[in-house]
Amino acid sequence: MVSYALRRVLGAAPTLLIIITLAFFMMRLAPGGPFDSQRHLPAEIERNVAAAYNLDKPIYEQYAIYLDRLMHGDLGPSYKSKDFTVGQLIAEGLPVSAKLGLAAIAIALLLGIALGVTAALHQNMAADHGIMSVAMFGITIPNFVTAPLLTLLFGVYGLKLFGTDVSLPVAGWNGGQLRNMILPVMVLALPQIAIIARLVRGSMVEVLHSNYVRTARAKGLSSYRIVTRHALRAALLPLVSYLGPAIAQLATGSLIVEQIFQLPGIGRYFVLAALNRDYTLVLGVVIFYAAFIIFLNLLADILYAVLDPRVSYRT
Amino acid sequence: MSGKILEISNLDVHFTTPDCDVHAVKDLHLEVREAECLGVVGESGSGKSQAFLAAIGLLSGNGRASGSVKYRGQEILGQSQRALNRFRGSKITMIFQDPLTSLTPHMTIGAQLVETLCVHLRLPRDEAAKRALEVLELVRIPEGRRRMSQFPHELSGGMRQRVMIAMGVVCGPDLLIADEPTTALDVTVQAEILEIMRDLKDELKTSIVLVSHDMGVIAGMADRVAVMRGGEIVETGPVDEIYYAPKHGYTRMLLEAVPRLDLGDQSAQSKVKELPPDAQPILKVDDLRVHFPVAEGWRTKDLRAVDGVSFYLREGEALGIVGESGCGKSSLARALLKLLPKTDGAVLWLGRDLGRLDGEELRKLRRDFQIVFQDPLASLDPRMTVGESIAEPLRSLKPHLSREEIRRCVRDMMDQVGLEPAWINRYPHEFSGGQNQRVGVARAMIVEPKLVICDEAVSALDASIQRQMVDLIRELQSEFDMSLIFISHDLSVVRQIAHRVMVLYLGRIVELADRDVIYGDPRHPYTKALLSAVPIPDPKLERAKKRVRLTGELPSPLDSRAPLVFLKSKAIDDPEAVQYRPKLIEVAPGHLVAEHDAVT
Repeated sequence: MVSYALRRVLGAAPTLLIIITLAFFMMRLAPGGPFDSQRHLPAEIERNVAAAYNLDKPIYEQYAIYLDRLMHGDLGPSYKSKDFTVGQLIAEGLPVSAKLGLAAIAIALLLGIALGVTAALHQNMAADHGIMSVAMFGITIPNFVTAPLLTLLFGVYGLKLFGTDVSLPVAGWNGGQLRNMILPVMVLALPQIAIIARLVRGSMVEVLHSNYVRTARAKGLSSYRIVTRHALRAALLPLVSYLGPAIAQLATGSLIVEQIFQLPGIGRYFVLAALNRDYTLVLGVVIFYAAFIIFLNLLADILYAVLDPRVSYRT
Repeated sequence: MSGKILEISNLDVHFTTPDCDVHAVKDLHLEVREAECLGVVGESGSGKSQAFLAAIGLLSGNGRASGSVKYRGQEILGQSQRALNRFRGSKITMIFQDPLTSLTPHMTIGAQLVETLCVHLRLPRDEAAKRALEVLELVRIPEGRRRMSQFPHELSGGMRQRVMIAMGVVCGPDLLIADEPTTALDVTVQAEILEIMRDLKDELKTSIVLVSHDMGVIAGMADRVAVMRGGEIVETGPVDEIYYAPKHGYTRMLLEAVPRLDLGDQSAQSKVKELPPDAQPILKVDDLRVHFPVAEGWRTKDLRAVDGVSFYLREGEALGIVGESGCGKSSLARALLKLLPKTDGAVLWLGRDLGRLDGEELRKLRRDFQIVFQDPLASLDPRMTVGESIAEPLRSLKPHLSREEIRRCVRDMMDQVGLEPAWINRYPHEFSGGQNQRVGVARAMIVEPKLVICDEAVSALDASIQRQMVDLIRELQSEFDMSLIFISHDLSVVRQIAHRVMVLYLGRIVELADRDVIYGDPRHPYTKALLSAVPIPDPKLERAKKRVRLTGELPSPLDSRAPLVFLKSKAIDDPEAVQYRPKLIEVAPGHLVAEHDAVT
């Protein structure tokens, strides 16, 4: 297994290089540059600024310089947020985004699997139809609708339990207090719960019709035991392939949720950096995201083999 | 209690499908007595499996059962799952047809066995493991301790079915229901499994219900037989009565449909047209090899699916190729037609080496050879009408024909294979398996090929349909004067159609001779074992039969010693070594036998 993981990591290097190269040159293809939007500077100063960031050199040379720095673990300075390197920006924002994302996916897994299995066990009955229509709702309603609604409900109108006001804060990070996390995590988790419930229901229904579940029933096992010991593992396989990209997406933050709740995550850098032509920041975030996805897919593949002994590490 | 274990009365089973309501079992009456084996025989769709699934509450969601099923006098039909589970899995157990899909893939053999014991007998784990090991021994699984930690996919089909049986008997049941337990297995493996079940019945005094479509399997096992058709029982009686004095016409039809290996001269067999003595070889195969690379650790090894096969085929001749799963018979067929790349060797068609032809020349030659595959429904395009499917080879191989001519040809062909020409616009899913296979045959024959390969073409069909198909293929063959390569695992079917028979084992020919020689005077131990393993639908003969046994498991084809299974004296005891290859020796004119050690 270790050798398999090693081979996969080595195999990812060329992929990563291609992504870096594509991102580097595509960014340059976009019209404008990082300092265009600033008020007019004297040509001399502008030249100095360009020289400081190596922007006056031919593009292939810039590319080589960038790769060289990258090999030394340096993602370069941010062009826009002066005094910050890209590495610092990511290191500051990531914990916020990751905490929210991972909490959301954990909740989504728990609830989604439970709901999906319940629906599958009651296939085509009231419970099934109920869960699935609510899930459909969860998928179709975008988070910029659920976020304000939940804010109104739990933040603005507030809740009173036993006479004490337990209203949730409507925005801000506040050092990562639990109270501040509840609303954004809920907004992030809701669509995931729905997607996971639907996925699990589909695969579970199939597994429940399989021959080996029939064997398990013929063995006189209880429904609980059949689900937990014989059916669930196989039913979770499709979920594993979905989770890789899903975790990557959630843990690297969402622009919308971070804007609405005023959170200092890294999700907003994606959009803002690209709009500002902050070359190094865009590249830094892209590289980080790509490496993260590759890592998660590797994890998913290993998990796959753990869940299903028929899968070998050979491929 | 007059010794009745199970009493089924007035049992009806309905299935609700989107199209209609299917009445699968109609007013069934049946009883299973203490320590007897009840054979339930019928063709596909006769409701024989559903009746017993319904009896122990295992119908799928859209099925409904009504009537009465009594286990030792106690009503069990319609009971809650909790009530059923008090004896289901311990006192009444069931084993199924396909042992691979019927075992949970992510649980070890041991875990699945121990689980049953823990749930029903509330044994502690270590005691349950000990008991499981004993049962594995009972079903003759060697190295039980190692097997316990293996997963189902790591075992062969025969081993898996033994595990299923072990799971069935581990709690000491009163009644074991076996639903087509050997249908998915090779004949030699089938013989072993049946033997194990027979011994279990004698040793444990367990009653067995054996559900099967195979009259031969039932003959050797059952004490009483129930014959089912269309959800109803047409006849019940002691086994000898059913086989030697059947009262119902359907029972007689079933018995007559089964090809008999033990009877030499059946009228059907004499229908094989004699070859003219001067028939010329049209196909020559020289040392054909098909290897597949298989990853093993860091290296790749060659799996020798076809390992040096040479033979010829004369004009108008029918060659039967027989062998068990994994012997390379399908790879051989596909390599002959270049549907699969060969690794080495030559295929000469009328003296021309097919390997040297370019794409266009080969395409033109395709008219001369056609193939009929095993699964008739899966081999036809579901979105094309059968008329279009039959016409397609004409369109591409005889492009000069007009639409009208093509249509006429298709109608004629359909008529010839016994399909109503008016059905030309129907789709494959509207037909039965036998009718679809007729379409497959029509599609192959319509270009009037010189060679047709039937790859297990009748294996998926019921015996009565199988017989009709074999008759049809034989008639068409002699009418069009084609050569035929008929591939099958079923020795008795091959006997009805072939002039010569080739026996394959692990990609190599072990014996090749005229039909009557192979069946009358087999020389190679593998051929003998294969022949003696075929169940004969005659209870007295089948019970008295002496079987030639093969010892041990089928070796891995990756092991270099594999070709020397029957020539152990020349094997070097090293799985990597370059080994001696057994030669084919001509023991009599036209009778080739691979070298083998003398059998004591």
